[in-house]
Amino acid sequence: MPKVSMTVNGRAVSADVEGRTLLVQVLRDKLALTGTHVGCDTSQCGACVVHVDGKSVKSCTVLAVQADGASVTTIEGLAKGNELHPMQAAFKEHHGLQCGFCTPGMVMSAVDLAQRNPDPSEHDVREWLEGNICRCTGYHNIVKAVQAGAKAMAAAK
Amino acid sequence: MGAEGIGAAVRRKEDFRFLTGRGNYTDDINRPGQTHAFILRSQVAHAEIAKVDTAKAAMAPGVVAIFTGTDFAADGKGGLPCGWLVKNKDGSNMQEPPHPVLAQGKVRHVGDPIAVVIAETREQAKDAAELIEVDLKELPAVATMAEAVKPGAPKIHEGGNVCYDWHLGDKDACEAAFKGAHKVAKIDLVNNRLVPNAMEPRAAIGDFDRATGEYTLYTTSQNPHVIRLLMGAFVLQIPESRLRVVAPDVGGGFGSKIYHYAEEAIVTWASAKVGRPIKWTCERSESFMSDAHGRDHVSHAEMAMDKDGRFLALRVKTDANMGAYLSTFAPAIPTYLYATLLAGVYTTPVVYAEVRALFTNTLPVDAYRGAGRPEATFLLERLVDVCAAEMGMDRLEIRKRNFIPANAFPYQTPVALQYDSGDYQATLATALKNSDWAGFEARRAAAKKRGKLRGIGISTYIEACGIAPSAVVGSLGARAGLYECANIRVHPTGSVTVFTGCHSHGQGHETTYAQLVADRLGIPLEQIEVSHGDTNKIPFGMGTYGSRSLAVGGTAIVKALDKIVDKAKKIAAHLLEAAPADIELKDGKFVVAGTDKAKAFGEISLAAYVPHNYPIDTVEPGLEETAFYDPKNFTFPGGCHICEVEIDPDTGVTKVVKFTAVDDVGRVINPMIVEGQVHGGLAQGIGQALLETCVYDDKGQLRSGSYMDYTMPRADDLPSFDVATQITLCTHNPLGVKGVGEVGAIGSPPAVINAVVDALKEWGVRHIDMPATPQKIWGIINSGRQAAAE
Amino acid sequence: MYEFAYHKPASIADAAKLLAADGDAKAMAGGQTLIPTLKQRLAKPSAVVDLSGVKELGGISVGGGKVTIGAMTRHADVAASADVKKALPALAALAGGIGDPAVRNRGTIGGSIANNDPAADYPAACLGLGATIKTDKREIPADAFFKGMFETALEPGELIVAVTFPVPEKAAYMKFDQPASRYALVGVFVAKTATGARVAVTGAGSSVFRWKDAEAALSKTWSAAALDGVKASAAGLNADIHGSAEYRAHLIGVMAKRAVEKA
Repeated sequence: MPKVSMTVNGRAVSADVEGRTLLVQVLRDKLALTGTHVGCDTSQCGACVVHVDGKSVKSCTVLAVQADGASVTTIEGLAKGNELHPMQAAFKEHHGLQCGFCTPGMVMSAVDLAQRNPDPSEHDVREWLEGNICRCTGYHNIVKAVQAGAKAMAAAK
Repeated sequence: MGAEGIGAAVRRKEDFRFLTGRGNYTDDINRPGQTHAFILRSQVAHAEIAKVDTAKAAMAPGVVAIFTGTDFAADGKGGLPCGWLVKNKDGSNMQEPPHPVLAQGKVRHVGDPIAVVIAETREQAKDAAELIEVDLKELPAVATMAEAVKPGAPKIHEGGNVCYDWHLGDKDACEAAFKGAHKVAKIDLVNNRLVPNAMEPRAAIGDFDRATGEYTLYTTSQNPHVIRLLMGAFVLQIPESRLRVVAPDVGGGFGSKIYHYAEEAIVTWASAKVGRPIKWTCERSESFMSDAHGRDHVSHAEMAMDKDGRFLALRVKTDANMGAYLSTFAPAIPTYLYATLLAGVYTTPVVYAEVRALFTNTLPVDAYRGAGRPEATFLLERLVDVCAAEMGMDRLEIRKRNFIPANAFPYQTPVALQYDSGDYQATLATALKNSDWAGFEARRAAAKKRGKLRGIGISTYIEACGIAPSAVVGSLGARAGLYECANIRVHPTGSVTVFTGCHSHGQGHETTYAQLVADRLGIPLEQIEVSHGDTNKIPFGMGTYGSRSLAVGGTAIVKALDKIVDKAKKIAAHLLEAAPADIELKDGKFVVAGTDKAKAFGEISLAAYVPHNYPIDTVEPGLEETAFYDPKNFTFPGGCHICEVEIDPDTGVTKVVKFTAVDDVGRVINPMIVEGQVHGGLAQGIGQALLETCVYDDKGQLRSGSYMDYTMPRADDLPSFDVATQITLCTHNPLGVKGVGEVGAIGSPPAVINAVVDALKEWGVRHIDMPATPQKIWGIINSGRQAAAE
Repeated sequence: MYEFAYHKPASIADAAKLLAADGDAKAMAGGQTLIPTLKQRLAKPSAVVDLSGVKELGGISVGGGKVTIGAMTRHADVAASADVKKALPALAALAGGIGDPAVRNRGTIGGSIANNDPAADYPAACLGLGATIKTDKREIPADAFFKGMFETALEPGELIVAVTFPVPEKAAYMKFDQPASRYALVGVFVAKTATGARVAVTGAGSSVFRWKDAEAALSKTWSAAALDGVKASAAGLNADIHGSAEYRAHLIGVMAKRAVEKA
């Protein structure tokens, strides 16, 4: 049984996995990081988005063994204690979430966008979120939140 | 209003945990010794089960147990119950066929559960399931309602394919009115079948406690008490006292998580059999073949009008698809939540509706956001546009001419409901202004220059929610009451826990309900916690659906607060040496009227739990109150939705470029949350109108059975929305609230399609069925162009 | 997923050896198609050979009228490459429109064309530009590479090393998304080259193909109007719930014109 070692939210971890074990399964089942969700089986909904070496990926479409040696950030790794990350704070301020299920992936995708584009237009945000499906919000407030969060991230630099 | 009370856009209390990954959804829960279930489902729509041989599979690595329908029946367990009895025109009962938890003898839709494999891991359970030998003798499938009623159609159940043939209204008066009509407008339309697709797939964990004999079911439910009642009483024969149902954080419901599903009963029952907890988590593609679907009506409607375009009578014939079995509340949707809404916002004096519910070899169909009212609204608001075309009248004028006037409330419709309040001219006027209706033709012309076809559509709708008065629904066939329960527990130091029988799966109850308490007791929001979703914490609860959580659940909280305040005043009066009648509650303090003598809320609560100086002869210690509230009527939100679309004639793609909603939802507790609810409903309504549908082939296979083919609305499919509220108060609940959860999904589909039809008017289009896909629209334009060329 | 053995070789030679030794082993590039396929249990490889450790398969080089993309180059890297954007902006734009951002961070050009999904984007660029696919054994012109639905000229165990695109005078890709999956219902890549126009169509047929009538028309006159009378035939095109063959044929014409306008 292969063993994977990686850094997750700044902490060195390792786990015994099968070849077929997905990254999301290691996060949820082995590391109890249940903030990363699984909402589909066709790599479309984006509830499972995490950052691997700083880039957003769908953790349901990455084998755990592929992440061996990588640095992984999940939704649990964003806030500093009780202080929300600017993107998280923007989602709260702009009511960018309702049931909360798509939210972790949505926030992780949004952070990746903001790192590339500190001032995204509404169009930029809507295009970028092509791989993140939300059924509650109609995206209206998510778009506002991502734009505000990106600005706040830029300002905090 | 205080900064945190009624009317304040308070940021949500629940958001911190959701934003930091600390939400606790069913699949996040793991019980010690937990096993995993995989359900082997039928791959065909209709077949006799000749053989299910689990011997080989049982020997596979990691397998703990395998059960089939035979095992379940041998244990004396029942089928899934239906919660609503509808009667036929002749007064006889509807056909109510058995709905086995695990298939018995036959499978009737793709996805019908045949066996459950319980193993140490999910992958092992799946591996083993492939070793189960299933011999199915395939039968011809009934994939559509048209097939279901053909002479000689295969019978899905012994009693045939008709569930009921029901009607509402005065048929004779209707026929008489049609005879005297100046003109009659007619329409045939389909309300497309949808898959609710809450982003959290369903999940369930059965956990039998060998020591106490108690069962716990963790499940993705909108109403854990209802599940406890249905599963305990009808399926597994477990008394409530030994069955706890927990619905923790739930990732969206939209109706699909109301029902009692087979998997809940399977894991609960089997956990006792194997003596270990069992988790089942649905995969998305599996959810397409195991969650109840929504809508799926085929209708014909006719409106009789006088020479001025006044509506004289409406007659409607609808076939409603039930799928292969009756889901929990399925029979009620196309009847009492549909036909009763057919008067809409109009003074139509006579309405007659006939509804046939039919069985097909497809997934069961039940309530999905709006449940019956979107179907009624789509039919009516499309028909009204056809009426306008038939009369050569303006679409706005015909609506205004037929509106129920603002001074006519309470207004008794010809289809059972009595509307309590509304002002349709006012919401229309605001929506016309907000949408710049007057400036539309200029926008149309500008679009034309860019090669785009621009159209505008309107929908003036009403819906009935806040369900529901128990005696009324009981007389209509409901097998449950629809009251709600609240328990307010004031703790010794003055913090408060609100226990509610409603359930939040995105609606923000933890904030809205806390605002009710903060507003009434004058204590800060952070001192108030809202608890829901656990049958062990509150006496009972009917749950959250039908936009009832505020009108019914919120009122129960108000009633419990009344009792708290009443008792607290007695305690305060004792401490302040005044008469209870002289005590006022102001800004979180109990004050002797006209004096500066006061006790803080915390002092009263402390006295209640440390009753040293206390009116012990007349008042019990403690400060906790429970209230049940049974509503007096439905509530009637309504409003006006205006949609503008642009169609690319070369590809048929429709873009919603502007959407304006003005909704009357009664008093608004939290405007931020209200707007969010409308946004979400609009997205689902626009999704229904343009993107989403179920396509079954003639063998009963769902061709749009995953996100690869079922078009979920994505961020770039939608515009930002212009939403506003313009309210009249509900007259029969103390908060004056109506409900907002479903209005977006109810009002918007006809606004979109009316806009599409308007955009295509040069091609002579009078109706287009949903979803108005690019392919469909291009087909219309293409044949129009070809006809023009000939 | 069925269980499989996992290998992560560090060189092309080692990867080839692993694949040669086990006929049921499957090479994995970005995994964005393979992993969903495995999850649905539609494939049962004995082993997965992960190519992400093979350094020789990476890299982008631009020069001499050519753009060469290493097989393991992620879509996001092609889309963001300043060199590619400058030399062959149509290719960068195409790569930036594949899947969604998270998929583009994993998916690779080699994986995409080796899989040859009939609705994939990259095959249209390869065929539309007349690219050369370099494998560990040989060089294959795009015209001889795409054989049919999920079928290529690759032999068992043969690995794509890089794809070389000649830089055209003008090129563009226009895609009409299948609304649910967001794959191409119809995608058309047009290129104006020194030797004439090339038009490649994806999504519409069982595999990417060249639309010769359009090429002839555009070779005469490079303009959208040149395609006015040219109609794609619906015969043999795909049909599904999102688009009939006739609709796809029509969209080929629309997308081709729009691509010419964009180029």
